[in-house]
Formats: sequence, C-alpha cells, structure tokens
Amino acid sequence: MPAKRRLAQLVMLAFAVAITMGAYANVGLAMNGEIPSGMLTYGLSLGGLMLAAYLVLAKFAPWADPLILPLVTVINGLGLVMIFRLSESPSKLPSATLASPNSQILWTLVGVVLFSVTLIFMRDHRALQRLTYTAGALGLLLLVSPLTPGLGQELNGARIWIGIPGLGQLQPAEFAKLALVVFFAGYLVAKRDVLALAGRRLLFIDLPRARDLGPVLITWGVSLGILVMQKDLGSSLLLFGTFIVMLYIATQRSSWVIIGILLFVGGALLAGMLFDHVQARFEVYLNPEDPELFKKIGGSEQLMQGLFAMGSGGILGTGLGQGHPELIPLAFSDFIFAATGEELGLTGLMALLMLYALLVERGLRTSLAARDPFSKLLAGGLSFLLAWQVFIIVGGVTNLIPLTGLVTPFMSQGGSALLANWILIALLVRMSDAARRPPPQAIQNEGMTQVFQR
Amino acid sequence: MNGTIKRAAVACLAMFALLMINVNVLQAVNAKDLSDDARNTRNFYERYAVQRGRITTGGKVILAQSKETDSNEFKFVRQYPEAKLYAHVTGFFSPESESGIEHYRNDLLDGSSADLLLQRGIDLFTGEPTRGANVDLTINPKAQQAAYDALRQSGKRGAVVALNPKTGAILAMVSLPTYDPAELSGTNKSQVFSRYDELAKDKNQPLLNRNIDRTYPPGSTFKVVTAAAYLEDDPSRDGQTVVDAPQVLKLPNTTVGLPNYGGAACGSGQVTLVYALERSCNTPFGSMGMDLGYDKMREQTERFGMGVPVSVPMPVAKSDFGPREDQSAVAMASIGQRSNQMTPLQMAMIAAGIANDGTVMKPYLVNKITDAKGDTIDEAEPDELTEAVSSETAGKLRDMMVSVVQNGTANQAQVSGVQVAGKTGTAETAEGQAPHAWFISFAPADDPQIAMAVLVESGAARVGAEATGGGTAAPIARTVMEAVLK
Repeated sequence: MPAKRRLAQLVMLAFAVAITMGAYANVGLAMNGEIPSGMLTYGLSLGGLMLAAYLVLAKFAPWADPLILPLVTVINGLGLVMIFRLSESPSKLPSATLASPNSQILWTLVGVVLFSVTLIFMRDHRALQRLTYTAGALGLLLLVSPLTPGLGQELNGARIWIGIPGLGQLQPAEFAKLALVVFFAGYLVAKRDVLALAGRRLLFIDLPRARDLGPVLITWGVSLGILVMQKDLGSSLLLFGTFIVMLYIATQRSSWVIIGILLFVGGALLAGMLFDHVQARFEVYLNPEDPELFKKIGGSEQLMQGLFAMGSGGILGTGLGQGHPELIPLAFSDFIFAATGEELGLTGLMALLMLYALLVERGLRTSLAARDPFSKLLAGGLSFLLAWQVFIIVGGVTNLIPLTGLVTPFMSQGGSALLANWILIALLVRMSDAARRPPPQAIQNEGMTQVFQR
Repeated sequence: MNGTIKRAAVACLAMFALLMINVNVLQAVNAKDLSDDARNTRNFYERYAVQRGRITTGGKVILAQSKETDSNEFKFVRQYPEAKLYAHVTGFFSPESESGIEHYRNDLLDGSSADLLLQRGIDLFTGEPTRGANVDLTINPKAQQAAYDALRQSGKRGAVVALNPKTGAILAMVSLPTYDPAELSGTNKSQVFSRYDELAKDKNQPLLNRNIDRTYPPGSTFKVVTAAAYLEDDPSRDGQTVVDAPQVLKLPNTTVGLPNYGGAACGSGQVTLVYALERSCNTPFGSMGMDLGYDKMREQTERFGMGVPVSVPMPVAKSDFGPREDQSAVAMASIGQRSNQMTPLQMAMIAAGIANDGTVMKPYLVNKITDAKGDTIDEAEPDELTEAVSSETAGKLRDMMVSVVQNGTANQAQVSGVQVAGKTGTAETAEGQAPHAWFISFAPADDPQIAMAVLVESGAARVGAEATGGGTAAPIARTVMEAVLK
C-alpha cells in the first residue's frame, strides 16, 4: 500500500521554492550586484502560493503522488527566473523588452488557483467520462475559435489567438488540448473493443476494418485543418501524435501506430508540397548553418541563435545573468530552453530534462496504477501529451527535429499554456490520488460472509 | 492496458534520451564550433566583457585604458587619452582584431595569460571579476612628444626611434602619418571597418609603423658600418688613417663610376677617415667596401644586429645588406644604396651599439607588467643582442661621429653643452623622387643616454653639394635629444 509521504512532499516543495529563490537572487547579484529588490515579495508570494497549493492537495487529494507538485513548482520557478533575467537585460532587443516577469507570476498565481479549484470541485475525475462528447465538441470549438472573424488574431504567422476585450489574448488551443484528450479517453474506452478486435490479418499486422478508420481519419483531418487554417504545425503534430498513442494504449494494436505514422508522413509531405512555410522549416532543419538560409527572413537565424547560445553556454553555462540570451529571438517563449542552456549549461539542461522526464514518469505511473480504463487512458494520454510537447519544442530548438512553434510547458511566457498545464497537473494529481488511495477495507467478522478480493 | 502503457512509457523515455543525447552533442561536442561561429555575436561582446589592463608609460602616463559603460553588450570600452601620439606603439583594439602592444601583449591585457593563472584562481573564489594586467612601457613621454611635434613640423612622412643605448629600452617611437586608435577601437563594427579600409587604402600608409614595419636604403648613415668594418679589419687604423678619395670611384664591370654627392671632390683625393666621414664622401667608403669584400661587410652588418630576429614585442622587419653580387654592388651597398635595406630601428641600434662601447642591446618596449592590484608580474631585464665592435673601435667611431656633428654635415644636430655624435644620410630612391633624409646619433658622447635614428621620407632636397639629410633629419634628432637630456 502506498504511503502518503506528505511531509516529504512539503520538504521537496520547500526545496523547489528555495532553488527558485536562489536562482532569482543569483540573477540580481550577477546583473546588478545586489539581491533583487522584489526578492521578499517574490519569495513570499511564491512560497505562500505553493504552501496553499500543498494544503489544498493535502486536504482534497491526500494520497496523490508527492513528487508531482514539487516538480512542477521547480520547472515553473525556473521559467519565472529566466523571464525575470531576460527582462533585467538592458538590451533593446525584443527578447528583453517583451519579457514580463510580473504578468507571468500573476499567471502562475491564477494557474495555482485553477489547480486548487479543480482539485476542490472535481472530487471524482470519472465524472469527465460522462462529458466525453461535450468535451470533444468544446475542444473543436476552442480549436476553431481563432478563425472567427473579429475574435481571432494572427501573430507571428500563426492564427491561434483570440482577443478578449479587457483581458488580452488567449490561446484557446492550449485548453482545447485538454478537452480533446478527455474526449479521446472517453471515446476510446467506449469503442476500444471494436477497434481492437475487429479486422483481419495481413502480413503479420492486424488491420482494422475500414469503417473503424473513421475516428482516426477525422482526427487526422482536424490536425491537417489546424495546420492549413492556422499555420500551427506544433499543435497539429501534438494533437495527432497524442491521439495515436492513446489509440495504441487503448487497443493494444501496433497497426494503429503504423497507420498513424503513414498518415502523418503523408500529411506532412502534402503540407510540404502545398505550403511554403512547411517546406522552409524543413530546409532550415537540414541545413541550418547555410549562410543563405541564415540571412533569409524567416530562415535559420532564429534557430542558429538558439544553438549559438547553447554552444556558448557549454557544459557549465555562463551562469545566470552572465550570458546574452536576449540575442535569441523569442528567448522568453519558444526558445526559453536555449536561453536556459546558455546560462545553466549542459548541466542545467540535463537537470531540466530530468525534471520533465520524472514528471512524465510520475504521470505514467498514475496511469499504470489507475483502477479503471478511463483513468488509465486519461492519465496516460495527459502524460504523453506533456512528454510529446517537450519533445517537439525542445527537439525543435535543438534541431533534433524540424522546428515547430510550441510552448515549453510551465516555462514559456504566456498565460493560456500555463493555466492549461496547471489544470492538466490537477487532473493528474486527482487521478493519482484515486489510484493510490487504498481500496475500501472489507468489514471483518460479519457472520459467515466471506469477502473475496477480486 | 498496462502492457501498452509500459511501452508508451518506454517511448517517452526514448524521447527524453534522444533529447539528452542531442543536448550533449550540442553543448559538449559541437560547443566550440557553435560558440566560435562568426555569426555568434557573443564573442564580439566577450571582447568587451573583461576590463582590459591599462597601457601606461613611465608608470604614470595612460596610453590606453578600459572604461566601464552602462551598456550590457559592451561593458568596457577602450580609450586612448593620448590619441594619435602613441598610435603605432599601443596599436588599436578593434571589434575583431588588435595591433601593436594591444595585440602582442593581448593575453596579459585581457587576463588570459598563464602568468595570471593564480590570480584568476583567487578571483574565482573571491568572486572578483577577472581583470587584465597592466603593461608599462619604456617610452619617455617628453621624447615621444618632441619627436612627434618635430617630425610633424617637417610636413613629411617619416619615422623617429630613440633607444637607451645602455639597456635597449625604446624611448621614443613615432611614425607619420598616423591615425587615432580610438577610431579603430569603437564597438560599431561597420564604422570601424570602413575607417580601417580607408586607412589601409591611403597611399601614405598611416597604419604602417615605419620604424619597424618596413625597410629603406640607409644612405650615408651606413658609412659608419663600413667605417666600423674598416677599423675592425686592422686595429692599427683610426680616424687619422689616410684613405683614397677620388672624385669618381671606378667600378668594375660598369661604365659608370661612383661619384661623390653632387659630383663634388673630396679634399685632395687623399683624406683622413674622419674627414671622409665628416664630408660623407662616397668614393673612400665605396673603395673600402670593395677592399673588405662582401663577406666582411655583411658580417659587420650582422654584428650590428642585422638578421637577428627582434621583437619589441612587435616583430621587426628584416634588414639586409643585400645579396652577393659583383664588387660594384658591394661598393654601392657600402654607402647604403643598391639592395641595402635597413629599418629605422636597425639604424638606431647601430648608433646605440657604438654608443654602448660596441655592444648592441636588445631593443624593447615593455618595461613592466603589473597585475590589477599593482603587484609586479614581470619586469624587463636588459639583454645583449650582439657584440658589434671592440670598445676601441667604438671609441674611434664615437670620436669621428662627434666630429661629424661639430665640423661636418650634421652641425644642425648640435645641442649646447652636450657632445652629440651623429651621421647624416641621404638615400636615393626611385628616379624622380626626392631622396630620403636620414640621421643617426647619440648623446652625450662620453656618457650616452639616448641613441636614435630619424628618417624623413623624400625629405632631402636636391640642392647644392651638401648632403641634405642634415638639413631635415638632424634638427628633429636635436629636439628629441634636448627633450631627454634637459
């Protein structure tokens, strides 16, 4: 029977806040020779916030995995520090002027509030299973909302924003992802037997029936739709990949993965032929060092600046506040990983990747331990979503795969992603609480009644 | 479902493993290539991130210093308070390169030298930012200013270099035209580079340090070397030894003879060696050279330091007596013409060698290296370069050179109350160009404090029979000697 380990969680949480505060002080000392003036408020607010989150968790999900919250706290904290560090740079480059640590800490606050609210009000996540199709519709609606005239806004070539008067902008796709994973989980639980069993065997592969291909093709169509209409390669890839993996988990049929990959490759080739920007990304991926591509607008300069930063950081990094991450375009969002790499070096990035890997692993453990198929699929899907997102954006900025814009979870500046990811964590925590909670004890000595444990 | 979840978990691990391997490749394996890429502007900022040491002279006059700025990109910028005056000595510190002392003592100035390893280690622990070492030079500010002003007044291109003959310390080093190092040390790349291109294309070659970067025919100043070889060849000879001085020296294998300057006669045709030097007659020295032969002449020149690689710490261009040809070539080279090519510094070393009883000291510019706290890291130690002549020969040459200033072509170099030894020179260059004016000298003759060479490009006017090197170059030398001695 798993232990609660609440004290261990509190200590780790304090450690996560301490790391963040240490890094924060480090930035101030390195850049201005003094501890940042807002250090106390900053430390108290982050510490207080996390203590509140801990208390909510301890009260409403006492059996939850003790590692998840501290891991998220330290990643979120490092993101805050990097954004603060960029904003402190006296440079006039957009990466310095557009970094806004205050709004990011505000969004973190709202994120933790949403986390708590989710935990408090959603006592049983299986309620979501009843909302399968509602979630699906909501997800699609959110996805297409930026295309609504007057509401949607185009930024950096991607039409993925909606403007809310008085509130600023939101990226509905971030929330759509959650809704769609809920939908996938619910739908697959209902249909998995059909998808898993029907079909025939061809060359060692169990092929599904043609009519069961429907949902896959629809998701594929939606993903391509996002790509075409919103020019958002990252979200398209993220959604489709997550769906395929969930399909595989649910049906245990590797043919789905093969079909999925074939569909993806076909779609990517098609997109490459139809759209210049997809092709351009691919050219940059193959030859980032090419001087011609480097000079071209929308060419490889952005990517190379990130790689230069990481190369200059080397193994130990320059130290916080002592590099020039402001030279990387979008250092506070898509390229925050490269910016971190410059100042914290290979050492820091390995630690950061380890933190993400641990977080994903804790999520997958929740999935393994979960007692019902819906929870398993939802936890597995959300964990994979997180891992896949880290892979796409980090792989992109390190030129492991072609670069597609996505936020780095919990680090990139931007409210929508932060809020959505905090809700994702709340769901994982809720499910891990359910999974680790001991089953109701059988009542002993009740006459002759025998209780069998299934 | 647990089986497939586990496989998905393995896939996730594999993705993280790929990311980690890729980050290792980037930041460990390829890090150097990426950080050294010319398009990575961090290297450019890195140049300005360290507080470079100061370049001073005489321990107090600041020639170059790094000033802290408010900018994040360029934390320290280089300043040259003396502007053009020391340009060829300090050099510049441009966005991508540097020259002069800035270049040849770069590792000390930027603190990367192994000599500063200990200090860097201490800085690491105390949290002090690394600062470069300070370089103190041997230049005498008064001599430098006097040389600069006097040469500038001539309105010509030229070079002035002065040494302490006893140590080899360089007391003045001026080359005109010059430039302002500040213009080449800014942080605005395009501005610096376009200014550099402009200077590099200028036909007057302001970037050239004429003292050490190129050679000139030394003209009659070289006659002291010929005289040295002649005296060394037979210790019984001295200034009163009578030598042949025809109006025109017959050269073998040619129809043209070697005349004296302006075709003039030299005394009665039989003159003392000192008279020949005073009047700077060509024929006796051409004849002496031919009698001594190529090997002895070349050997004597080498004993004055020619051919010995010298860095001050800037490398000095190679001087050369000329290739082995026929006798007439030896005669021409013995009066400093033909293929005889000397740097002004080499000529100053010849004067210094005679001044220092025949021993040529190794010339140097760097007096002392101190770390940021002022502790001495390294101090110059005077070093002998070559043994040019015996001290007897040196004494004879000194007396003759004193006589040149008192009675001969170099009377404009006289300094009241001080015995000056010197020799003028007028070097023929290309047809149709005015010859270069030369003057080498040292003073005071009995206890030399300064030895120097002055070169004024195309500075000799073709007037009359007088060797006119004395007219333009000697007064410049006088001003510098006065500045040092008074």
